[in-house]
Amino acid sequence: MAAQALLAVAVLPLLTMLAMAAHRHKLAPALVHGGCLLVSLLLGFIGIASVLKGGADLAALPIGLPWLKAHFRIDAFSGLFLVIVNLGALAASLFGVSYVKHLNHAPRVAAAYPMFLAGMNLALMADDAFSFLVSWEFMSVSSWLLVLIDHEEEENRKAAFTYLMMALFGTFCLLGAFGVLAQAGGGYGFDAMRTAKLDGLQSSLVVLLALLGAGSKAGLVPLHAWLPLAHPAAPSHVSALMSGVMTKVALYILCRFLFDFGPTPAWWWGAIIMVAGGVTAVAGILYALIQTDLKRLLAYSTVENVGIALIGLGIALAFKGEGMLPFAALALAASLYHMLNHSVMKGLLFLGAGAVLSATNERNIERLGGLIHRMPVTAACFLAGAAAISALPPLNGFVSEWLILQTLFLGPKIPNWAMKFGSPVVAAMVALSAAMAAAAFVRAFGLVFLGRARSQAALLATEAPIPMRISLIGLAALCALLGILPVSATTILSQIAQSLMGIELQGTIIEGWPWLAPISVTRGSYSGTVLVASVLFLILVTAVIIKGFGTRQVRRGPAWDCGHKEASPAFQYTASSFAQPLRRVFGASMFQAREDVDMPSPSEIRPARLDVHMRDPIWQGLYQPLIDGVTHLAARLNRLQTMTVRRHLLMMFLTLMLMLIVAALRRVFS
Amino acid sequence: MILTSVLWQVLQTLIAVLAAPLVTGFVRLIKARLNGRIGPSPLQPYRDLARLLRKELVLAGNASWLFRIAPYFIFSFTWMAASLVPSFTTNLVLIPTADMITLVALLGAARFMIALAGLDIGTSFGGLGASREMLIASLAEPAMLMTVFTLALLAGTTAPARIIDYVLAGGVGLQVSMGLSLVALLLVAIAENGRIPIDNPATHLELTMVHEAMVLEYTGRHLALIEAASMVRLQLYISLIICIFLPWGISQSGKGLEGIVLGLFAYGGKLALLAAGLAVFETVIAKMRVFRYADFLGGALLLSLLATLVLYVSEAV
Repeated sequence: MAAQALLAVAVLPLLTMLAMAAHRHKLAPALVHGGCLLVSLLLGFIGIASVLKGGADLAALPIGLPWLKAHFRIDAFSGLFLVIVNLGALAASLFGVSYVKHLNHAPRVAAAYPMFLAGMNLALMADDAFSFLVSWEFMSVSSWLLVLIDHEEEENRKAAFTYLMMALFGTFCLLGAFGVLAQAGGGYGFDAMRTAKLDGLQSSLVVLLALLGAGSKAGLVPLHAWLPLAHPAAPSHVSALMSGVMTKVALYILCRFLFDFGPTPAWWWGAIIMVAGGVTAVAGILYALIQTDLKRLLAYSTVENVGIALIGLGIALAFKGEGMLPFAALALAASLYHMLNHSVMKGLLFLGAGAVLSATNERNIERLGGLIHRMPVTAACFLAGAAAISALPPLNGFVSEWLILQTLFLGPKIPNWAMKFGSPVVAAMVALSAAMAAAAFVRAFGLVFLGRARSQAALLATEAPIPMRISLIGLAALCALLGILPVSATTILSQIAQSLMGIELQGTIIEGWPWLAPISVTRGSYSGTVLVASVLFLILVTAVIIKGFGTRQVRRGPAWDCGHKEASPAFQYTASSFAQPLRRVFGASMFQAREDVDMPSPSEIRPARLDVHMRDPIWQGLYQPLIDGVTHLAARLNRLQTMTVRRHLLMMFLTLMLMLIVAALRRVFS
Repeated sequence: MILTSVLWQVLQTLIAVLAAPLVTGFVRLIKARLNGRIGPSPLQPYRDLARLLRKELVLAGNASWLFRIAPYFIFSFTWMAASLVPSFTTNLVLIPTADMITLVALLGAARFMIALAGLDIGTSFGGLGASREMLIASLAEPAMLMTVFTLALLAGTTAPARIIDYVLAGGVGLQVSMGLSLVALLLVAIAENGRIPIDNPATHLELTMVHEAMVLEYTGRHLALIEAASMVRLQLYISLIICIFLPWGISQSGKGLEGIVLGLFAYGGKLALLAAGLAVFETVIAKMRVFRYADFLGGALLLSLLATLVLYVSEAV
């Protein structure tokens, strides 16, 4: 299986070469995306096959470090992530086939895009630290190229630079984590790391570094700052992959560190990760609520969902640390389900935003509106994604958040005070973020697709071309399917989680058909299938009764609006006015949001003004001082370059002296 | 066994929708009497709904398909949720379909649709209503889920039928946290149903509206469905409070026909009592400013969180 997968991945660099060789040809970018579609289809099937088969499949290539070789391995767990990645890649590539026609630098996108896919797939298959880090960097650098596609804009260059810095930081942390494990386990292969014996301090160091390294890629607050800058800057189908899929690759390696490598970390790491996830979820969605750039809003919502997945991982770790393995497997399965669901719905939403962008050339939701009339299919699909990500039944987002809440309800079973008090507070955070996600997506969908057009571009939009529509419809159908018939998905996920936890159970930890229930039906149950059937039946009954009553006449007239005459669409509620009450309630302390109203007296003729001031606490409190410090240090070090020859020689002499002293001291003390 | 549970499910579903206008009419009647008016008959809401159903539909010029299907979804989601809250018996065939979290989320789905419908026409009042509704929901929904959390910790389940079993078996006793949860749930119920002091269901001043502002553009049968949905929701919340905090009289599975009859009478009595309580509360209190909502609902959220934490202090779990 692994050999076939490697062969499939090997096609991707060829596609890059094709894109470079034929960069003058107009059809080449679409062709390359078509090729990527086929490859991801193949890799997706390989993923499904290895999930169903179980067990591990190995392959080694004689490349890389001469004494090490490059090891690859596919087991059910990496198979699951192969499915997640290639499902997203499939939809994005299909979308990309017609989307690249709208782009300014289509040949550049076509060259970097296959490499990005190759990097993500290889990172999931890697079985030693060296090949993992190489693939991981491959993924980072090729996505950095894609962020930099529209490099003419100052903002994108800044985003790409921030991204590159954070990616370096993340890799550096992961390198440290692998280093500690490799030293204890005696090898760079993941097999050696699995059996590595660590003491408490080393184990904590590994978890900390893994959390920082993978968390910076996944968007853990406060390491998320690059994410809402970089994800929206890339072309929309790449944004879909970065947000929906690349964050999952980061969570994949975090899962490996937490549950697969070395001994189980102490339970309090679970509590820390759970709380960090809760903070990430709430902070992410608060930011999303006040954004006016559609793609940046979606990127912040990714931060929220990564937080929710992290809550699941944290509580799984806490359960595992206390030896409550079935509960740990349940929490892990819930978290994995949320990752799968999020990759589907975030892919859908970003591709929907891409369809809007290509139809109107506009990302600012203040200048859109009324697109439901001109882009009905895109609108319906985006609505499905918005409802799913707001955790509304019967769609998929609800099912996984329901499972995560259910595991949080089990949290107080852990016999220590931190979890007893922590899990209700984190459950409140999950509930708060779900409710605010609903507000954020009512705002996003309502202002983009409903109401009246706020600009000429929105008025003249046309429906997306057929490949884009197929891609959107497919993902929307998947959102519904994973919510209405979650049974087979949850069964497989709980088996994977159980095998990672090392428990052999006859049944599954999540009861399936027809009532979805964690542990047992008496703890609370849910059935999307029955719910949908019943609601549809009730709608039918309602429609029949209404038909029995009176007229079916419909008359169209002007909007009533309490008798106000509103000629201009500018009278509508805007994105800022929609967010105003929420901003005032939640943002007053967090963003120090402040409104200055300048109301002229009746005799003056100048217009009234309302200014809103906000401050990003994380950027201005954490990153800006860091940037200032680095700039300051660089300026000071700059003086070293302009020294005279004499001084340079002196520096060399001093360095030599210092090293000799160190060597001498080592000899004395050893 | 299955057959009776199907039968009771049908009865429950019918009660959820047919009794709802009566509850609303009853609240209005008591309020009128407390205000010193004679007031309309409690059957007036039925007549209002029938009148709206018969009327011609007038749609605003740029109403989209979403605007036209939303009332059906809003009504059916609410109706579905109402038929899953045990009111007179727990022997209902569909009861495992949804636990308390799902009930909260179903109402959230109805709210999502109504807020979108408010934005669809592109009028400023619609946007105002939708924005405020989502503000209220963003605080009320977590408060309600925390109430669920307290119950889940006490009873070890989120299924309403099991919670009733647990409370009826005398497992709760007199708990401080149950009291705090009750207060939190009452505050949430008041806010979610658009009652005074959050919203005034009888207001005619646009700027004070929340719920009414979103549905300003609806007419005819669409308006009838939305009005009916809010009546069903009022009864649902009262039933929810009954089923968690006053479950005495609800027939558990395995009881015979006389249990059902007793359950029905008990339900009717409790419904009337709580509806009268709501009317009295609304009469004695004044409407709140919009930005005081956060204090009101934030208070509910903190109370419900406190309820959970007090459980540990009192060593109930």
